[in-house]
Amino acid sequence: MNENASVPMVQLLSPEGEFSVPKNYAEYGKYIERLTEEDFLKFYRDMARCRRFDNEATALQRQGQLGLWAPAIGQEAAQIGSGYGVGKNDHIFPSYREHGVAITHGIELMSLLKMFRGVNHGGWNPEETRFHLYAIVLGSQVLHATGYAMGVKFDGKVATSNKEENLAVISYFGDGATAEGDISESLLFAANTQSPIVFFCQNNQWAISSPTASQTRVPLYQRGAGFGVPGIRIDGNDVLASYAVTAKHMDDAREGAGPSLIEALTYRIGAHTTSDDPTKYRTDEEVAYWVARDPLKRLEIFLRRQGIGDDFFEEVAQAGEQLATEIREGTFALQAPEMEDMFKHVYSEPHPRIDEQLDWLKRYEASFGGEN
Amino acid sequence: MGNFEEMAIAKAINAGLRKALSDDAKVLVFGQDVAQLGGVFRVTEGIHAEFGDTRIFNSPIAESGIVGTAIGLAMRGYRPVAEIQFEGFIFPAFDQITTQLAKMQNRSEGHQAMPVVIRVPFGGGIGAIEHHSESPEAYFAHTPGLRVVTPSNANDAYWMIQQAIRSNDPVIFFEPKRRYWQKGQVDLDGPPQDLHSAKILREGNDVTIVTYGPMVHTSLLAAEVAAAEGVSIEVIDLRSISPIDFPPIIESVKKTGRLVTVSEAPNSFSIASELSARITEECFYHLQAPVIRVGGFDIPYPAAKLEEIFLPDADRILEAVDRSRAY
Repeated sequence: MNENASVPMVQLLSPEGEFSVPKNYAEYGKYIERLTEEDFLKFYRDMARCRRFDNEATALQRQGQLGLWAPAIGQEAAQIGSGYGVGKNDHIFPSYREHGVAITHGIELMSLLKMFRGVNHGGWNPEETRFHLYAIVLGSQVLHATGYAMGVKFDGKVATSNKEENLAVISYFGDGATAEGDISESLLFAANTQSPIVFFCQNNQWAISSPTASQTRVPLYQRGAGFGVPGIRIDGNDVLASYAVTAKHMDDAREGAGPSLIEALTYRIGAHTTSDDPTKYRTDEEVAYWVARDPLKRLEIFLRRQGIGDDFFEEVAQAGEQLATEIREGTFALQAPEMEDMFKHVYSEPHPRIDEQLDWLKRYEASFGGEN
Repeated sequence: MGNFEEMAIAKAINAGLRKALSDDAKVLVFGQDVAQLGGVFRVTEGIHAEFGDTRIFNSPIAESGIVGTAIGLAMRGYRPVAEIQFEGFIFPAFDQITTQLAKMQNRSEGHQAMPVVIRVPFGGGIGAIEHHSESPEAYFAHTPGLRVVTPSNANDAYWMIQQAIRSNDPVIFFEPKRRYWQKGQVDLDGPPQDLHSAKILREGNDVTIVTYGPMVHTSLLAAEVAAAEGVSIEVIDLRSISPIDFPPIIESVKKTGRLVTVSEAPNSFSIASELSARITEECFYHLQAPVIRVGGFDIPYPAAKLEEIFLPDADRILEAVDRSRAY
């Protein structure tokens, strides 16, 4: 934490809920000026929604209803803010913890839970939603994002006179993933082709039990410099900084500025997944320090100073309970898929080996005499 | 009666790539040194001059990046044809190929097809240094979601590369590098044979040889020698390693009662092993002898001065034929 204190960082909303735009970040401040009160309320609503969803999913895992859950608690500002900074044509390539980003792009929360209940491996339509599938292999999706951005550039959908047509790509990954070669190769390919992509690294300070210091000797926002990808660090617990910096960088990418890297310094308040036990490797004091910097709390103080009263927060809390009920009932209702489903879409056309094996399996299952 | 042209295999792949690039504006060719140089084997020679930077370009020397970005380009609607310079250098991309490319269509429940071709020169016999002579096809054939093919002659090379590019599934396209300069007649009018069908190249009654890629030529040579000695060998070119077109092989083995497989790969856990297992299941009562596998040894590919001993030749094949017939 001391190490972090000396690194410049875009912060527009302090942990105490004070809003101010430092002179050197005026270009980002402009993005906040365009926001209305309704936008601020939307940020809060979605952050709270994400938090409630997350807590419910953890509870469902504890009750054996989900096989696993990867909580994003503590990272809501980084995710909701940046998610709303992404434009309507842009494509998003998430890792597996981007529940908040999913919320900002209308992904059915039940489709996230399907994966963690073991019903499928994703399965929402990435073309329709522009939110690509969760990627479990660290860093793998960042190369896909880079290839996609190269394609956008080849298509000439960057810096055209019709701004409505332009698009850019954002890829999410964590501090742990930066150690993967795929991230370095992504930075290289994106820089060489000057493709429209924003690399969004959520530095939540822990890769399971390994602290960020075990992945890097230099602050991660500097990782792109050697490849020619400029980087900036933001306070990842500040939803306004996260929104403004992402929106600006996505705008720039769409206008032909090439790739850039945003490091959002945040903290994984929860466990890596429900299989993890963070008490084994980090102190209560450290967690308490970051809980005191909870991104929701910070925004709440700010909103209350703007005159938002108890009614709003009460309404949000109620909506959360409603969501929790829907999630619980939805999860209980999720049935195992049909046996045939696992044989589908392995290839785009009928395949002799797979057809034969499915036929065999059907005969085998039928040999037990059908339904009992 | 057809529009025939004689070409070497490398030239035929080149012609097939040009045809694919002309037919579909979404086809892109990239990899290390493929543009101005035309690749280290000159397979893509002249394509850059004809089609320019927007259709063919050099990649950084980063195989995972090549395949990973190919996946992203496919998501964007392109049909990427990526070259891996030598089979020994494909392993940095193994993760992207097996955990991403092969699974994306299934993971997305059919929303994201992966029309990606990965061209890979493979096999030995060119006196090369380490990592330039191997036969890693089994790794890929073992991976559900991939298609794996290899042409053995110029006509197949010309047509199969185009068919692979038209496939909506990922295709690992192994090129028999020591046969790049082997000439053959290409029927430019087609129609081509199905990409995933095997082909009987020589009919015979005594023993069936199933082979693919660079060993097809060697197997045909062995069959020629055997014929002079009065032994009739049927030679089947798999063409497709995954899926394998089993019906013609089964039919052939039911006729001959004997199967010898020939490939350069180490025998254990190989395509040959799969052929052996499957033919034993399908032709158990017709077999007059166990399936015999002629292949490389289960050792790292040796230094070039020993590769002629490592690689199967006509004599090794004929020795196996004799053993099979002795049962």
